[in-house]
Amino acid sequence: MSVPEELRYSEEHEWVAGLDGESGIVTVGITAHAADALGEIVFLELQPAEGDTVEAGESCGEVESTKSVSELYSPVTGEVTAVNAAVIDEPKVINDDPYGEGWIFKVRIADEPGDLLDATAYSKLIEED
Amino acid sequence: MPAEPSAVKTPLYDVHLGLSAQLVDFAGHLMPLRYASETAEHRAVRTAAGLFDLSHMGEIFVTGPGAAAALDYALVGNLSALAVGRARYTMLCAHDGGVLDDLIVYRLADATFLVVANAANRAVVGAALTERAAGFDAAVEDRSDAYALVALQGPDAAGLLAAVTDAPLDGLRYYAIMAGRVGGVDALIARTGYTGEDGFELFVSAEDAVAVWKTFEDKATPTGLAARDSLRLEAGMPLYGHELTAETSPFEANLGRVVKLDKPGDFVGKAALAAQAATPPGRRLVGLVARGRRAPRQGYAVVTADGTPCGVVTSGAPSPTLGRPIAMAYLDGGVADEGLAVDVRGRPEAVDVVALPFYKRS
Repeated sequence: MSVPEELRYSEEHEWVAGLDGESGIVTVGITAHAADALGEIVFLELQPAEGDTVEAGESCGEVESTKSVSELYSPVTGEVTAVNAAVIDEPKVINDDPYGEGWIFKVRIADEPGDLLDATAYSKLIEED
Repeated sequence: MPAEPSAVKTPLYDVHLGLSAQLVDFAGHLMPLRYASETAEHRAVRTAAGLFDLSHMGEIFVTGPGAAAALDYALVGNLSALAVGRARYTMLCAHDGGVLDDLIVYRLADATFLVVANAANRAVVGAALTERAAGFDAAVEDRSDAYALVALQGPDAAGLLAAVTDAPLDGLRYYAIMAGRVGGVDALIARTGYTGEDGFELFVSAEDAVAVWKTFEDKATPTGLAARDSLRLEAGMPLYGHELTAETSPFEANLGRVVKLDKPGDFVGKAALAAQAATPPGRRLVGLVARGRRAPRQGYAVVTADGTPCGVVTSGAPSPTLGRPIAMAYLDGGVADEGLAVDVRGRPEAVDVVALPFYKRS
């Protein structure tokens, strides 16, 4: 299962892109491993809208597949600057392209998040999963 | 999700691995949950044909001069009235009338019956049949390990099967079975299924499983348990452990018709079932269609407009055919159909009560 090197990961299977960027805005999605385990995603509910704040480790929505439902947790703290309306309309995009078109929201982070995993650590986590 | 190391591999395990199936432990068997997209698999069965490994199901043979009488006593159906070459949907009930398993019984010959049990209940069914047949001139033998079961389901199933068998399929009616060669191997060809489509279930010896699968693999879509569940739910078919349990009576599940109280002689559970038949069931099984997109799931409460619990969901999933979540649920006695919702993780989601099935093939 694909675990891109340049991303950081939460233990709840979200990925974070852009931590090294100048803008302080990061992109969040769910990993290929999580999308695959869930099965085909049919419904994504995201509670925060643009301008709302999210807290690292707090539930911010739910991801529903044909067989199951999982909470969506924000891996970072900050202000939501964008929500991917396309995946809310058609959540299966997350299965098809979890690290690209399947991004879920963007956050202007307040601080550097402390406890995210790098690709090696996340790969190890999902092997043990 | 790692499977239990003790889980049994079906004769098609390597085939599933080769197709990159996601395997799960289902009733102690490593079974394909999906090969790729379960929704695509579901649609393939509705519009063309799907191929299923059902080798986890139990095949129990009841044979001998007293086999029919033994089954009449052991099960709620009138199996002695079943013609050779035909099948019947029936149940094994406890003395208190609770459902221990739902079954399909095929009469292969005058004194040979094949009882197909759910994988999770195979041991219970085998033990109960053995115990209940003790006073009859009949032998009960669980031959599940010697058999593989491959299903071919969908509107194209008959055409695909006809191309590779010498069996006269035109003469094989729904709920009938005949022996024939399929793709060069011996099979019992049953026109039964669990999808709401026309289709076949092929019982073959375990060593022929791969051959019969390969006969259809590039013509029908390999379909996993996820789609099997959404297909049967759309077709309004009960699943043991969901709509049917040891605490459920057949009457509550709208299956009172399979309980043959007027068949000759006694049968296990008769007194309790007769009493249940005489009193209206306390609860009833209904179909629900959600107005929103969040799916009711097994165990969620059905609530009235003021939030009072009035029932429980037994199965629920997004329906690929309807494009909306569907569910089956037990409603408590006296609950009206209107104004109901399902408590989906703390939030009421409006549902409409509909007649079952959700889907009927045209």
